Amino acid sequence: MRGEFPRNPSGCAISGIISTKGRRMTGDIIIKSIALMHDRSNGLGGGFAAYGIYPEFKDHYAFHVLYHGHQSRDDTECYLKENFIVDRAEPIPTRPVAGITDPPMLWRYFLQARPGRPEQRGCTSEERGHSSFGEMSPDERDFVVSVVMSINNSIPGAFIISSGKNMGAFKGVGFPEDIGWFYRLDEYEAYLWTSHGRFPTNTPGWWGGAHPFCLLDWSVVHNGEISSYGINKRYLEMFAYKCELQTDTEVVAYLFDLLYRRQKLPFEITCRVLAAPFWKDIDRMAEEEKAMYTALRQVYGSALINGPFSFIVAHSRAMIGLNDRIKLRPMTCGVKDDLVFMASEESAIREICPEPDRIWAARAGEPIIAELEEGL
Amino acid sequence: MSSLIPAEFLVRIDYERCRRCKRCVLNCGFGTLSFEDRVVADHKKCAACHRCAAFCPEGAITIEKNRLQFKDNSFWLPEYRKNIMRQAESGGMLLTGMGNDKPYFSYFDHMLLDACQVTNPSIDPLREPMELRTYLGSKPEALDFEQSPDGAIKLTTQMAPQVRIETPIVFGGMSYGAISLNAHRSLARAAYESGILMNTGEGGLHKDLYPYSSNIIVQCASGRFGVDSAYLNQAAVVEIKIGQGAKPGIGGHLPGEKVNQEVSETRMIPVGTDALSPAPHHDIYSIEDLSQLIYALKEATGYTKPVSVKIAAVHNVAAISSGIARAGADIIYLDGLRGGTGASPTIIRDHIGIPIEMAIAAVDDRLRREGIRNRVSVIAAGGIRHSGDVAKAIALGADAVALGTAALIALGCRVCQKCYTGNCSWGIATQRPELVRRLDPDEGAERLNNLIRGWSLELKEILGALGVNAVESLRGSRERLRGVGLSEVDLEILGIKPAGR
Repeated sequence: MRGEFPRNPSGCAISGIISTKGRRMTGDIIIKSIALMHDRSNGLGGGFAAYGIYPEFKDHYAFHVLYHGHQSRDDTECYLKENFIVDRAEPIPTRPVAGITDPPMLWRYFLQARPGRPEQRGCTSEERGHSSFGEMSPDERDFVVSVVMSINNSIPGAFIISSGKNMGAFKGVGFPEDIGWFYRLDEYEAYLWTSHGRFPTNTPGWWGGAHPFCLLDWSVVHNGEISSYGINKRYLEMFAYKCELQTDTEVVAYLFDLLYRRQKLPFEITCRVLAAPFWKDIDRMAEEEKAMYTALRQVYGSALINGPFSFIVAHSRAMIGLNDRIKLRPMTCGVKDDLVFMASEESAIREICPEPDRIWAARAGEPIIAELEEGL
Repeated sequence: MSSLIPAEFLVRIDYERCRRCKRCVLNCGFGTLSFEDRVVADHKKCAACHRCAAFCPEGAITIEKNRLQFKDNSFWLPEYRKNIMRQAESGGMLLTGMGNDKPYFSYFDHMLLDACQVTNPSIDPLREPMELRTYLGSKPEALDFEQSPDGAIKLTTQMAPQVRIETPIVFGGMSYGAISLNAHRSLARAAYESGILMNTGEGGLHKDLYPYSSNIIVQCASGRFGVDSAYLNQAAVVEIKIGQGAKPGIGGHLPGEKVNQEVSETRMIPVGTDALSPAPHHDIYSIEDLSQLIYALKEATGYTKPVSVKIAAVHNVAAISSGIARAGADIIYLDGLRGGTGASPTIIRDHIGIPIEMAIAAVDDRLRREGIRNRVSVIAAGGIRHSGDVAKAIALGADAVALGTAALIALGCRVCQKCYTGNCSWGIATQRPELVRRLDPDEGAERLNNLIRGWSLELKEILGALGVNAVESLRGSRERLRGVGLSEVDLEILGIKPAGR
């Protein structure tokens, strides 16, 4: 399968909002923000990630899956049942919307890992070779990753669009606001929303190809094109990540998973790997800092994301905005009380928060990190 | 037995223009020209090194290919017939210098680079930073950090030694003995000034070059010439030379005539003795022996320098490289089919090895598959002719490239392939003092600096066109290469797509 899919370069609009106090908001707010940037997308893809939407299943892995046929659903469910305890399986609720045509079958599953399961099956020792970092049940999460990779790779017509706990991705082909109403996001409550409107420059009009891209708790919405995709992908392959999607954005999600979750780099450092400071700036740093940044670039050069981008990466505890190192794509940030906003355009923030406490343009390569308060 | 082989070249002198200044006679290192009542040529000695023509003030000399026609035969080419005649006369092996000159398929010439249009912007290197800085050495798979309660982040990983080069280019190994001291001086100065590395080759390091040690790779080859503790520590990198692209599996032979006082002191052998490098290292008969030598050298240098292992690109190069990485090397230096030499049996040079493009692809793939690519840097050499080749080699997966032939051409070499005769008219591959004197190390260094600068500027333009601003975003990024006219198997081995896809 590898290499079979061509990737699609894309332009786009992004918007995100988090309540650092964990206050939950309905989805109409994010729909309103992304809808304002309608002209930044072309109707070939829109999507949302929402965190905190499944409090009744907060310890379950919530798999959002799209199917292009009954056979792919049968095969996937059979595979899931073999590997997990399936506590609920149901279609994702939708409502008819004029702009949305020909959706695939959309299902969600709430899953628990079977005790002892990861050791017995699934990923081979070779696949797992480099994936046993950390102490917090790394096996279970690595196992979930391997199941996702395996289904997306080997079951035709089945595609897992998100696989985290108490979160989910809602995406498809259409303008983002239409996708939002289609998925009835106004009926969900989340403390963290991200959204994306897509302007792909060539496209197979594929639902799985819309943003956000998700793996475990990670979601990425991305405006830009990754010119270093080739090496980022090959680097990730060394760690058993398979880049199968028809876009380059997935490497961002996988890099965060690899660096932050598996290799335990701090958030700030992970961002500094992806948008590394220039040597001219490193050379001016104090000795200890210089040694650290030099080592980062020496070791993680293949993880540098080069080319124009602004993206919002989220996981269950944080939302991170990052621009490329020479700021070739826009990104504005705003703060109002416990709310932090990030969007391609200032207007998209003011649309839902007319008078923010503070609003500013993110600087090239400088991560903006908004985290949930301790104890939440 | 006088030779009946026709001359390869004819030296034509325009006697109307010739002022009889005899400069050409003085300049010819091969004794082709002499002066009787006018300049006359012994055509059979001419190597087409162009020295006479370059220095004739009247432009009165032209060198032509001898068009003496052999009966056409598309199988028994004139070259083969002449070689047989030569061997029938001498009974010896045919020798040659420089790299393989046969028309083997060039993969470089069938790969094209990408550029940005619209969806991602290209970057202008004249306006934006464009980074070529490269570090050679073993990198860990991951870094560890410690976060103090006040939030300060501290790196706790101790890095293995890294050598910084300002552009992903180094000079290839060429020994003092094979080339002149002035050539070595030029290379060392240029490496120092350009922030890259020169490589001593296997002939030791002349004491005059010790001040440039921060930019020198010292080689430890099978003959161990010039190797002692001081030598090993006058370096940025220590390299174990197992083989070279021009003569994989073959040792070396520096004839006694070239071992003058200075060469003798540098190589640590008596004046006038032949310097014979055995084909294998006699203490390395297996990969575990190699590991012992790697660690012996690390011990001798206090673990302060990366250890490189140089091998010729041969059929099984990927597996061998994996073994070398696991044996503890920090750098693997791959020398391909086109790699140069001061002297090699022609038959070995022309028929052994594999193209460097294939070797880079196979080695990079193998190391990645085994998850050990970070453990070693890969230097690729053997037929890098311009910065386009550099970019392609890096896109295939090399960390840096090494230049031998290109560096010599910058110094004046005309690739006449007569290095092994010691008569180099340009003062490069010779020890004859009157010839060596012709190469001014200051001018040589300047020419080399210019070459490195020119190629670096071009590399920056290529990166800018690709829309990336750091060389690590090109390294191994085969997505940015497309093949034209390559078979499916070739594309698969190179790991690239055909143009149009």
